[in-house]
Amino acid sequence: MGKIELLRGNYAASYGAKLSKVQVITAYPITPQTSIVEVLANCCASGELDAAFVRVESEHSAMSAAIGASAVGARVFTASGSQGLLYMAEGVHWAAGARLPIVMAIVNRALAAPWSVWTDHQDAISMRDSGWIQFFAKNNQEVLDTIIQVYKVAEDVNVCLPAMVNLDGFILSHTVMPVDIPEQEEVDDFLPPRPPGAPYELDSNNPMTYGNIADPTCYDEFRFSMHEAMQYSKKMIKKTTREFERKFGRNHGALLEEYRCTNDAEIIVFSMGTMAEEAEIAVDILRDEGIRAGSAKVRVFRPFPTEDIIRLSNGLKAILVIDRNLSFGLGGAVASEIKASLYQEKRKPFLRERVMGLGGRDVTAEIIAEEMEKTLGMVEKEEEVVIYE
Amino acid sequence: MSKLVQKFGTDEWVLPGNASCPGCSAVLALRHILKVLGKDTYLVIPASCSSVIQGVYPRTASAIPSYNVPFASAASAASGIRHALNVVGKKGTVLAFAGDGATYDIGLSTVSGAAERNEDIIYVCYDNSAYSNTGVQKSGATPIGAWTTTTPTGREGWPKDMPLIMAAHQVPYMATASVGYLNDLQRKVKEAKDIEGFRYIHILAPCTTGWLFPPSQTIKVAKMSVLTGFWILFEAERGMIRLTGPSKRLKDPSKREPLEEFLKLQDRFKDITPEQKKALQEWIDFQWTIMHWKMIEYLEKQP
Amino acid sequence: MVRVLVATSRPKIGSAGKTGTWRFRRPVIDYEKCNACGYCWMFCPEAAIVFYEHMEKPEVNYDWCKGCGICSDVCPRDAITMKKERLKRRI
Repeated sequence: MGKIELLRGNYAASYGAKLSKVQVITAYPITPQTSIVEVLANCCASGELDAAFVRVESEHSAMSAAIGASAVGARVFTASGSQGLLYMAEGVHWAAGARLPIVMAIVNRALAAPWSVWTDHQDAISMRDSGWIQFFAKNNQEVLDTIIQVYKVAEDVNVCLPAMVNLDGFILSHTVMPVDIPEQEEVDDFLPPRPPGAPYELDSNNPMTYGNIADPTCYDEFRFSMHEAMQYSKKMIKKTTREFERKFGRNHGALLEEYRCTNDAEIIVFSMGTMAEEAEIAVDILRDEGIRAGSAKVRVFRPFPTEDIIRLSNGLKAILVIDRNLSFGLGGAVASEIKASLYQEKRKPFLRERVMGLGGRDVTAEIIAEEMEKTLGMVEKEEEVVIYE
Repeated sequence: MSKLVQKFGTDEWVLPGNASCPGCSAVLALRHILKVLGKDTYLVIPASCSSVIQGVYPRTASAIPSYNVPFASAASAASGIRHALNVVGKKGTVLAFAGDGATYDIGLSTVSGAAERNEDIIYVCYDNSAYSNTGVQKSGATPIGAWTTTTPTGREGWPKDMPLIMAAHQVPYMATASVGYLNDLQRKVKEAKDIEGFRYIHILAPCTTGWLFPPSQTIKVAKMSVLTGFWILFEAERGMIRLTGPSKRLKDPSKREPLEEFLKLQDRFKDITPEQKKALQEWIDFQWTIMHWKMIEYLEKQP
Repeated sequence: MVRVLVATSRPKIGSAGKTGTWRFRRPVIDYEKCNACGYCWMFCPEAAIVFYEHMEKPEVNYDWCKGCGICSDVCPRDAITMKKERLKRRI
């Protein structure tokens, strides 16, 4: 049992990195992520954390320095969000292709133009095809716990993929919540040092060249191997979540966190990030009214929890999906991927998708409850679904 | 037994049979740099001719650990490697080997950032004055009047002065070199090896494919670039500049070969207009004026 | 078992194949004129001229020599001439 402190989400992320004993931190500030790097700078300066802190001159360099450091075999941490994440986009894809287990905290922030500092998930969703494992946290405790867990998943010798832990900008990053900070010894017991040689190590005693041209006869296999590792990581995530619960007594869900998704549930709302916390309150409101509602937080967006969604939708009357992102010309990403997961099922529940909360617009429990009631109403009438009003 | 062979050493870290053009000066430069730096060198290669020269998976021409990185990232990836080596306790030199495109243009902020942080790496820019790997397009280093595929009538405007930009960062060691003067290059790399902090070596690498001359003329072109005063050999410690090699006696314009001797060797200057030639000569004279004042500054600071 | 397949390449002489087949001129050293100064060895970009400690004179490794002609250009004794390569017909 650690000590409980009031922490902002950013501080929770920094403490997660500190407890994971990261060895190299590459840091470039961007609102609302700045305090993550500031806290880590303090930790390194005071000696609390024995890590190299590289104050790079851009996010692109933050990712390339992280790539270089991880290639040598060090445990690397960086953080960004929004414009910064897009600026390092080339490096994000590179790190996944190079199979480097870098962990990055992404403080989700809406994309320009026009400028916005408030939260939405467009930045992380735009990286969904990069090959990174993507977690979305709903409260500050989860931020801290997930960072520790994610190193174990990413560095596993059968996974070797980078991972990002997303937290909603300002809603989590700057909001104070009670967080149980585990003891260093307990974390050391749970999270061993990075396995050597996985996937490789730059070493002058074993000179190799990494990443030179791979022609069409072999490039395909490299990319499929990433896909295989992603699929395998679902198992690793479930295993790690169980282990973490056994050791620390906390469980934020493995791929999905189900709240009151009983066998007789009529409607389940799917959402990511802090909206899921609001959704749980909405479920309580509806349950009090006699509606059998449930909430499933999509904790891991990549790899997408297809099997869990199929299992949950069995016997369900309706699904409401709330996306805090918008793929222009199609709709929300979570909704389209849930629809894709359910495509082959013979009996699919009625699915209503809503895009809400872009640019930080507030999504409260009352709104979610109202939407869920509306959805159930539409099931009877088989109304046409409009995703954005 | 040749004295030269004894001086340079017979270890080869760039293996023959690689994909470089016949007569490539980049590979010649890397060959000699690695002869000095040796086995414990970690090579960082951004997108450039060198990324292709290595060859295709699963083979590589590099006998030292090498990491391919995105175009703009050479200096920052090298910084990351350096910090990680320190943290995990491995010894070695980190060498970023980037072209002029990666250094002058797309990676300028990265190189500047690494220099400002005084990262403990050696950054070598091999300057073939164009984006040679993608087919000889104009870069920030292309000289006035030179043909490239994107400046078919000759480049207008002055190139950036990267050596001086780096010297202005007050880095511990900055040097220019030429593949025509390999003893001078070796001495500079040896000196850089023993210094801690950001070391920058800028090598003019005549490119037979991009500068349009027969491959056998590479060394002649390299030598002539220095002897005409077009390329100045100097070094700088914390911004204090001094001339080296043949450039020492070329302060006096009358000692320099006429510029024509350099231009006539390369077909990329075949259609240079008189105005461009005049501008090119002006540019060269201006570089020497800066050198003149820098040398005065250097001599004043001597005890 | 899930494979972690990484694009790792091993150092190999001839990573671009037998580059000796690229040339259409080959350097021929006249050992009467050669004084073993080592210039050709020093300036060869390919390291295709071998001149180890135990050797008296340098030798061209025709497996890798691309025929650029730099050695011939830099030799202070004009001991190297570029002779036309006999292009063999390939079926």
